[in-house]
Amino acid sequence: MSAAQPLVAMRGMSISFGGIRAVDDVSLDLHAGEVVGLLGHNGAGKSTFIKMLSGAYHPDAGEIRIDGQAVTINSPRDARRHGIETIYQTLALADNLDAAANLFLGRELRTAWGTLDDVAMEAETRQVMARLNPHFVKFKEPVRALSGGQRQAVAIARAIHFNARILIMDEPTAALGPQETKQVADLILQLKREGIGIFLISHDIHDVFDLADRVAVMKNGKMVGTAPTHAVTKDQVLEMIILGTRPSIQ
Amino acid sequence: MLAALALIWVGVDILSGGAFLTPRNLWNLSVQTASVMVMATGMVLVIVARHIDLSVGSVLGVVGMVMGVTQTEFLPRLMGYDSPFIWVLALGAGVAVGAAIGLLHGVIIAYLGVPAFIVTLGGLLVWRGCAWWITSGRTVAPMDDAFRRMGGGVEGAIGSSWTWVVGVLAVAAIVWRALHARRRRQQVGFALRPVWAEVVVAGLACAGVLAVVLVANSYDLPPRVAERIAAARGLVVPPEGLSIAHGLAVPVLIAVGAGIVVTFLARRTRFGRYVFALGGNPEAAELSGVDTRRITVLVFVLMGVLCAVAAAISTARLNAATNAQGTLDELYVIAATVIGGTSLSGGLGTVAGAMLGALVMQSLQSGMVLMGLDTPLQNIVVGLVLVVAVWLDRLYRSRTLKGAA
Ligand SMILES: Nc1ncnc2c1ncn2[C@@H]1O[C@H](COP(=O)(O)OP(=O)(O)OP(=O)(O)O)[C@@H](O)[C@H]1O
Ligand SMILES: [Mg+2]
Repeated sequence: MSAAQPLVAMRGMSISFGGIRAVDDVSLDLHAGEVVGLLGHNGAGKSTFIKMLSGAYHPDAGEIRIDGQAVTINSPRDARRHGIETIYQTLALADNLDAAANLFLGRELRTAWGTLDDVAMEAETRQVMARLNPHFVKFKEPVRALSGGQRQAVAIARAIHFNARILIMDEPTAALGPQETKQVADLILQLKREGIGIFLISHDIHDVFDLADRVAVMKNGKMVGTAPTHAVTKDQVLEMIILGTRPSIQ
Repeated sequence: MLAALALIWVGVDILSGGAFLTPRNLWNLSVQTASVMVMATGMVLVIVARHIDLSVGSVLGVVGMVMGVTQTEFLPRLMGYDSPFIWVLALGAGVAVGAAIGLLHGVIIAYLGVPAFIVTLGGLLVWRGCAWWITSGRTVAPMDDAFRRMGGGVEGAIGSSWTWVVGVLAVAAIVWRALHARRRRQQVGFALRPVWAEVVVAGLACAGVLAVVLVANSYDLPPRVAERIAAARGLVVPPEGLSIAHGLAVPVLIAVGAGIVVTFLARRTRFGRYVFALGGNPEAAELSGVDTRRITVLVFVLMGVLCAVAAAISTARLNAATNAQGTLDELYVIAATVIGGTSLSGGLGTVAGAMLGALVMQSLQSGMVLMGLDTPLQNIVVGLVLVVAVWLDRLYRSRTLKGAA
């Protein structure tokens, strides 16, 4: 894409689980204000790949650079410190806690006494949620009592509330209705305009074509290839996903 | 929960011919429950964090022994028998040992990955053995006079005036809390509960406090003790006899204090929030940057400290440290916690519930003693009640959850 220094550069990332190479020598860049759609069949290694960036997994090999600086990300806390926020496919919510407690988990607001400031957290949660899901009212209930889409909204709210520079969205709209999906799409475009780099994992190839500047396709733990969205057709991308071969483009 | 307690109290009172709901019996009941209550507050956090602690009875035993030996054999050699510092130092030593044992359990569970069930099952045997070992099975007695106040009894009650002071402070705290919470919500423009609802809730709590104060203040000291106190204060004993009330027992105050502290930790601090998050979804807690291992260790350290406090109450009450002390307490503590609504699958539970659970268990037990039931029959009833109580709780909970969804 642009010649500017990438916001994130991942090189030669590999990780195995008990002999299975879930991700095998995968490299990928992400620029500021860019949306990269990551595609691939079930079990291709997409989630595992981004979890090495979000601090959930330690890579066996590979290098991560942020703004050109090599960084080690050993934990989710390290990732957050670098401005990386993640919406996990599993949502990673504590079902027994309410929306505000989940949104601020690990970064609670506190009063001057050092105690939890639940009222302030609820107030901020109401603001973010209004942006994502204006009908949401269940602020006092554990997220267990929410619908799939409402839970997803809480997970998205958590990722966008803390001024991320790098946003990882692993199937963020899987449980959302058409209206909410549209809202998330608008949100992605808005965040992109603010200069945030976004990895978007999705099985909906139409969504990806609407939102992504570039697509990257994985198969069996390997990177099949990347291409600017405007330079490929949906059929070509499907071919990459299914056959794992690069179409002859450009 | 409160309804179940009321039912048991009234039922047992009727069956025992009015011997149960007397100030004397209720006062004794409160003292007998104190040590299990203290441990139950910690067990709530342990179980909420998806662990279990089977060793609390044995830890109580070994810590009680440490405190006994410290105050009867070790410290008097250094500072004589009447030093006013003995009780503090003995308590401090016990708390330190309790915390160290909890730390050891926690580290093995969190960092070596051995399940808590196994670690504390081992602890159950190890610490019971250590308790025996310290004195080769000999009972240590008597305890320091000041130390004994922690166990209740005639010396271990605060008298009626102080009981009123505590009662008034408690009422003030209840009212302040209600007002403060309301003001805070008003500031950020949240919906407020109707005023009458707030008044009813706070009013009921205050009425509860008042009832406790009145009961504690209507249980009089034995006449001989009252006369001794009157003589010491230079009072004249009126012909119809003296009536000096016990007031609240020290161990009960300690238990309530432990309940307040642990509730505060659970609800108002990051530590407590993380314990619940960990119990709800360990993976989510980890991915949110919570240091789940450290939290686990802290939970077990807290449990160890609370076992030490319970050991102080129990040794002070018995006026002795024996190597069988606290045997089977783990079962009562876990039962109290679970009856009190803490879910064994983690993530759910309240400290107040567990304390009520402890009261329910103890009420049943002493009720059956009053009714003259044999010990084996008592065990059968307690065992059945445990199972039925948890089953009813589950039924009730699944109904309300469906209702909410
Ligand atoms: N923690 C783990 N332990 C063992 N194997 C794992 C683990 N996580 C992932 N794998 C394996 O790694 C491979 C890639 O999984 P991953 O979750 O990254 O796929 P994905 O591309 O995200 O698929 P989906 O579209 O279904 O979400 C799979 O074969 C999976 O079984
Ligand atoms: Mg996935």
